[in-house]
Amino acid sequence: MEATTYNYKVVRQFAIMTVVWGIVGMLVGLILAAQLIWPDLTFGIEWLSYGRLRPLHTNAVIFAFGGSGLFAVSYYIVQRTCQVRLFAEKLAAFTFWGWTAIIVLAAITLPLGFTSSKEYAELEWPIDILIAVVWVSYAVVFFGTIAKRKTKHIYVSNWFFGAYILTIALLHIVNNLELPVSLTKSYSLYAGVQDAMVQWWYGHNAVGFFLTTAFLGMMYYFIPKQAGRPIYSYRLSVVHFWSLNFIYMWAGPHHLQYTALPDWAQSLGMVFSLILLAPSWGGMMNGIMTLSGAWHKLRTDPILKFLITAMSFYGMSTFEGPMMSVKTVNALSHYTEWTIGHVHSGALGWVAMITIGSMYYLIPRLFGRESMYSVKLIEWHFWLSTIGVVLYIASMWIAGVAQGLMWRAANPDGTLTYSFAQVLNTMYPFYTIRLVGGLLFFGGMLMMAYNVLKTVGQGRAVNDAAIPQAVHA
Amino acid sequence: MSDFTSGFWPIYISVITLVSIIGTWVFVKSHTTRKLAPGEKAELMEHTWDGDLQDLNNPLPRWWLGLFYGTLAFALIYLVLWPGLGTFKGVLGWTSLGEYEAEVKAAEAKFQPVYAGFMKQDIASVAANPEARAIGKNLFLTYCSQCHGSDAAGATGFPNLTDHDWLYGGDPDTIKASITDGRAGVMPALGEALGPQGTKEVANYVLSLSGRKHDAALAAAGRQKFADNCAACHGADGTGMAAMGAPNLTDKVWLYGGSEAAIIETIAKGRNGVMPGAAQTLGTTSNKDAKLHLLAAYVYGLSQKK
Repeated sequence: MEATTYNYKVVRQFAIMTVVWGIVGMLVGLILAAQLIWPDLTFGIEWLSYGRLRPLHTNAVIFAFGGSGLFAVSYYIVQRTCQVRLFAEKLAAFTFWGWTAIIVLAAITLPLGFTSSKEYAELEWPIDILIAVVWVSYAVVFFGTIAKRKTKHIYVSNWFFGAYILTIALLHIVNNLELPVSLTKSYSLYAGVQDAMVQWWYGHNAVGFFLTTAFLGMMYYFIPKQAGRPIYSYRLSVVHFWSLNFIYMWAGPHHLQYTALPDWAQSLGMVFSLILLAPSWGGMMNGIMTLSGAWHKLRTDPILKFLITAMSFYGMSTFEGPMMSVKTVNALSHYTEWTIGHVHSGALGWVAMITIGSMYYLIPRLFGRESMYSVKLIEWHFWLSTIGVVLYIASMWIAGVAQGLMWRAANPDGTLTYSFAQVLNTMYPFYTIRLVGGLLFFGGMLMMAYNVLKTVGQGRAVNDAAIPQAVHA
Repeated sequence: MSDFTSGFWPIYISVITLVSIIGTWVFVKSHTTRKLAPGEKAELMEHTWDGDLQDLNNPLPRWWLGLFYGTLAFALIYLVLWPGLGTFKGVLGWTSLGEYEAEVKAAEAKFQPVYAGFMKQDIASVAANPEARAIGKNLFLTYCSQCHGSDAAGATGFPNLTDHDWLYGGDPDTIKASITDGRAGVMPALGEALGPQGTKEVANYVLSLSGRKHDAALAAAGRQKFADNCAACHGADGTGMAAMGAPNLTDKVWLYGGSEAAIIETIAKGRNGVMPGAAQTLGTTSNKDAKLHLLAAYVYGLSQKK
């Protein structure tokens, strides 16, 4: 018999874990920010040292918080826009438990110091294999659901989710080809600059497809839903979808400007990063312009504030990125705090805010409520997050530019004007402002946790959301 | 992994690059529709999802198209002027290596006059010159302070340069040799050869050499073991050997700590102190010889006070 309801269970599991992992990942970030001010904060305990916790922070916020959020919304959206229940539901349940197991394994192995030393791909080979298995299962569930859809056309969000699922599989497998020497240690199959290039082809496209393409899929559902307006331009979504995905693949070498990478590859990384600006902004326009005719809603609706502010930070960081890929700019910005500021204007301003906004839409619906327990708290969360992000990125911009300029400053006798320690000393006020920004953002997440807890407590788990029989498109 | 040395690959990548840029241009162009007339509403597409999800079909915004074409044109021009298409060197002939070498050459010429005078003087006279000391201090802060500290007073495992005590010797030429070529101070681990009790005995004998608090019975038992295992480098009387950088054990200076526990750890596990040679860390920096000269003079000067 054909199913008459949507599978909300796996969506609900991932949605709740999104909030949990967000808090965990950001807490580790706070500890790191504090360690930069007070290096002895964790009493010299090696598994709490900066070098061990840093990959834990990045993996937790990207793959645990961001990843769980993406699983939740993609499973929700693909069902509702295809008007069918999830394909291979047991496999979908496996993706939840598998993904959660991977996160727990990461949280154990990274502090213990097991690492393949590739940024954002630190996990060792047995976990890499588990990731590949879970990811392939994810692809089967997602594309299986698309295949059995009732609607004629595939909704735009699903194009973006499809691109992200396929590409992440490719990136993960190619970058993690490695020779194991023991259960906890392996070596990359590539050597030297080729290894670096493969790593940054992966690293940049992890940003591109995990943190951009996939979250645009999220945007394309929740903004029109929350605004109650049609998407601004179908044509624009087609053009920026294909150009974004195509051009992103080329941009990786900009992480290796002025290194052993051949000059020609550095040039390609730079020019394709610049070409990436227009496709990136296509998504921002389609998101923000969808609000035309409904701008007044921004005044009263904190969820919409989250979603639209996320688009603004998205526009900012996708402008900043291409600029930083220009060789002369990169010569100043690379290896400085500016990069950290850039990453967080994307990670907090764009990824976290679009996710938070989407969760505030999604969670009440998964628990049979009209809205969250407290809309006022969402408003508070919004302002805390916004002020937090602004403090974070402004302090890191100033710190980064100052750092870059101090490193290159020279005396009339040709010696450097500032020693490394002097430059570090200049960073402390900015590290402190950054910590305050992070604390505000984290405080907002705690409010969210409380709000979600109350919403769940007063709601009921919805397992009978009916699939409409009439097919529109 | 293949190193892609065949002449086919530069052509392959160049063709793909150009086809990609031009193909993107054609793709964007093919999706450009006429602008909406004033007052004209964008068409609403027919399909609907999940109850109310719809899309309008506004034409691609003109300023956005301008931005897109602008970056594509920039890419093509850039790839003509700079290297980017396989082995084609670009009309300007720029290379990152060339840029670096030109900068070093310019610095070489610019700062040569500043350094020329100092190179004619010996290290002791340079050390007495305040101007040279100021330059030397900047060089020290850049290249040496990470280990030896901004005040050159060192830390555990990193020698104090201000205390008149030298592992390899404190005359100008030796200091310059230490800085230029680096040093490797290796003490072999003796824990297995001596056993736990033997290690403790030798440690107490070592403590007795500098008159520190020790267990006399253990020290007496350690005397012969020291002569057998340690004297070859540290000397029969424990005063060390500068030629090998073996520390004097009879003074109050302890590179790795002078407690019984620290000495036991040193004897049992050995030590492996490495100072990198500035000849390498300075790389191809401009006026390298002059910098080594000024650094040596600065470090020499540190121990000449009082």
